[in-house]
Amino acid sequence: MLRLQNVNTLYGEIHVLKNISLHIREGEIVSLIGANGAGKTTLLNTISGVVTPKSGTILYCEQNIARKNPDAVVKMGISQVPEGRQLFGPLSVLDNLKLGAYTRYSSAGKRGVHQDLDVMFELFPRLKERQKQYAGTLSGGEQQMLAMARALMCRPRLLLLDEPSMGLAPLIVSEIFRTMSQLREMQQTTIFLVEQNARMSLKYSDRGYVMETGKIMLEGTSRDLLDNREVQRAYLGKQKKPIWE
Amino acid sequence: MAVWDETIECSPREELEQLQLERLQSSLNRAYKNVSFYRSIFDSKGVVPEDVSTLADFAHLPFTTKKDLQSNYPYGLFAVPLREVVRIHTTTDTVDTPTVVGYTHNDLKNWSSLVARFLFAGGVTRDDVIQISFLYGLFTGAFGLHHGAEKVGASVIPASSGNTEKQIRIMQDYRTTVLVSTPSYALILAERLENMGIDPKTLLLKKGLFGGEIWSEKVRKDIQDRLFIDALDNYGVSELMGPGIAGECGARNGLHVFEDHFLPEIINPDSGETLPPGETGELVLTTLSREAFPLIRYRTGDITALDHGACECGRTLVRMKRIAARADDIIIIKGVNVIPDQIEHILAEVEGCEPRYRVIAKRENKRDVLEVRVEVSENIFFDEMKHQESFLIRVTNALSHGLGIRVEVKLLERKTLEEELKASAKVLDTREL
Repeated sequence: MLRLQNVNTLYGEIHVLKNISLHIREGEIVSLIGANGAGKTTLLNTISGVVTPKSGTILYCEQNIARKNPDAVVKMGISQVPEGRQLFGPLSVLDNLKLGAYTRYSSAGKRGVHQDLDVMFELFPRLKERQKQYAGTLSGGEQQMLAMARALMCRPRLLLLDEPSMGLAPLIVSEIFRTMSQLREMQQTTIFLVEQNARMSLKYSDRGYVMETGKIMLEGTSRDLLDNREVQRAYLGKQKKPIWE
Repeated sequence: MAVWDETIECSPREELEQLQLERLQSSLNRAYKNVSFYRSIFDSKGVVPEDVSTLADFAHLPFTTKKDLQSNYPYGLFAVPLREVVRIHTTTDTVDTPTVVGYTHNDLKNWSSLVARFLFAGGVTRDDVIQISFLYGLFTGAFGLHHGAEKVGASVIPASSGNTEKQIRIMQDYRTTVLVSTPSYALILAERLENMGIDPKTLLLKKGLFGGEIWSEKVRKDIQDRLFIDALDNYGVSELMGPGIAGECGARNGLHVFEDHFLPEIINPDSGETLPPGETGELVLTTLSREAFPLIRYRTGDITALDHGACECGRTLVRMKRIAARADDIIIIKGVNVIPDQIEHILAEVEGCEPRYRVIAKRENKRDVLEVRVEVSENIFFDEMKHQESFLIRVTNALSHGLGIRVEVKLLERKTLEEELKASAKVLDTREL
């Protein structure tokens, strides 16, 4: 479904992405793990068109989207949940969701968007309870759910998730990841997940890539990556039982 | 036809090549980061791993040779700390410095899946009883097949090698259906069965998966006719992993290379240039998934050709021709290609045991002469000149007949071969061509 070949992205003089090649098949959950500053978010921004790569191809459903603008990329069915949620704090939950459907009104009309809203409320019952509340007053976990729901309102075929676990308590993180799996089952959404929480993201994904200083160092099934000692040492740490269990 | 891993083995070429590119790039990145040998040769050539953008882009990278492996003996080329290595195999050559291969947990997992692929392609299933008559030890063959066969779910008998009568007894009592060994051992078995007066048809043996040495279609026919089994070929390289690099499918039209884990190239063995598709040359392999022991452009020394045409079995993996020769050992004399393995087989037949020998091609009075120096073993009586002479005549006749050219045989005293091999190669061509 998505196929990157030799993508290079520069910020001025700084070479951030070095010859990145990767692929995501339809219906897969693929995670990209790596340390701070490895270039993970840049990679997502490059796919979604926020950043333009210097060279390389990004094939999405056999079309090269490497030079497309973000709005065109969204219309083609790729939607990104940005790092740190980036919600519209002073707007209500409902308005945030409606804004997510911005590109859908012309094709689906109001009724279509309302149907989508119902689906989102089914997937995230919490948001239904709080639809009138300002987004800025939600808890961290609820904000993450809202960010995901907002991205889903434009009915993407490929969802790019950037650090959904950031700043959340472990129990909430599990809930977010479970919702993500549900999402694939209910809507057949393909998911590309960027995470620092390597253990959790590999647990919920099919395959993974390990990124280090702008380069892909390892590709494999999540099982293989979890078994890889280097990955364990660098990204998984010791497996500690949470104290409240 | 049965396929073990259909998503990979029958995947569209485009998808397979994407996967190869990704794995190639990440393998190069890992090798560059973790193996000082690769970092220094990349740096000396002014190349960085990021320069490789296509599978064809590869030709400017340097080769890795057996010498490199030996000069980094034992652990110099490992890409992970030793504590992450869970298995070590080496070559069993007694004269040369051995080459050492390490495997991580994931490497072993991949290895057994790859072996399972060719076993399954050869028709081995969980209903089979598989007798592994490779030597269990430092050599990769036995353990590679063992774990692959377990993965398929067959009942594995680790019979190891030698003691042919016991092997036959196991075959009868435990109702072995699949034999795994070298092709030459299959012939030894056939011979022993004939001597013991056992009809091979009374055994339940129906398949043999043979590897570990070069064997011809003639040997295949011989094995099939004498043991009444299907004989299938598989290919491995001890320095890379062992068996599981390529294997024959039911179509028997070449061996499918497991390209998701190994990237094959064919080069001209003299110039090192990459040859166009379909041409015959030396096989060069790059590992795509190895964690402990990545090898970049390793020269296998095996002569073959790649066939990109579609295979009737449905697999899209490229096929390599069965290996006919080794690049370093082949001698062309009087228009005849002489492969040391042939000499080895003939000597083994005459002597009845593993021969110790070297081959020298030389020019005497403008005539090309092939000299074979054979070290005598305990089987040959040297006290009696009569025996020695008759042995010499028998060996000379057998070699001349078998190779189709006249051969001069010299007998060496015990333990002298080792000294000679220290000074020069096992196969030596002193002619000025």
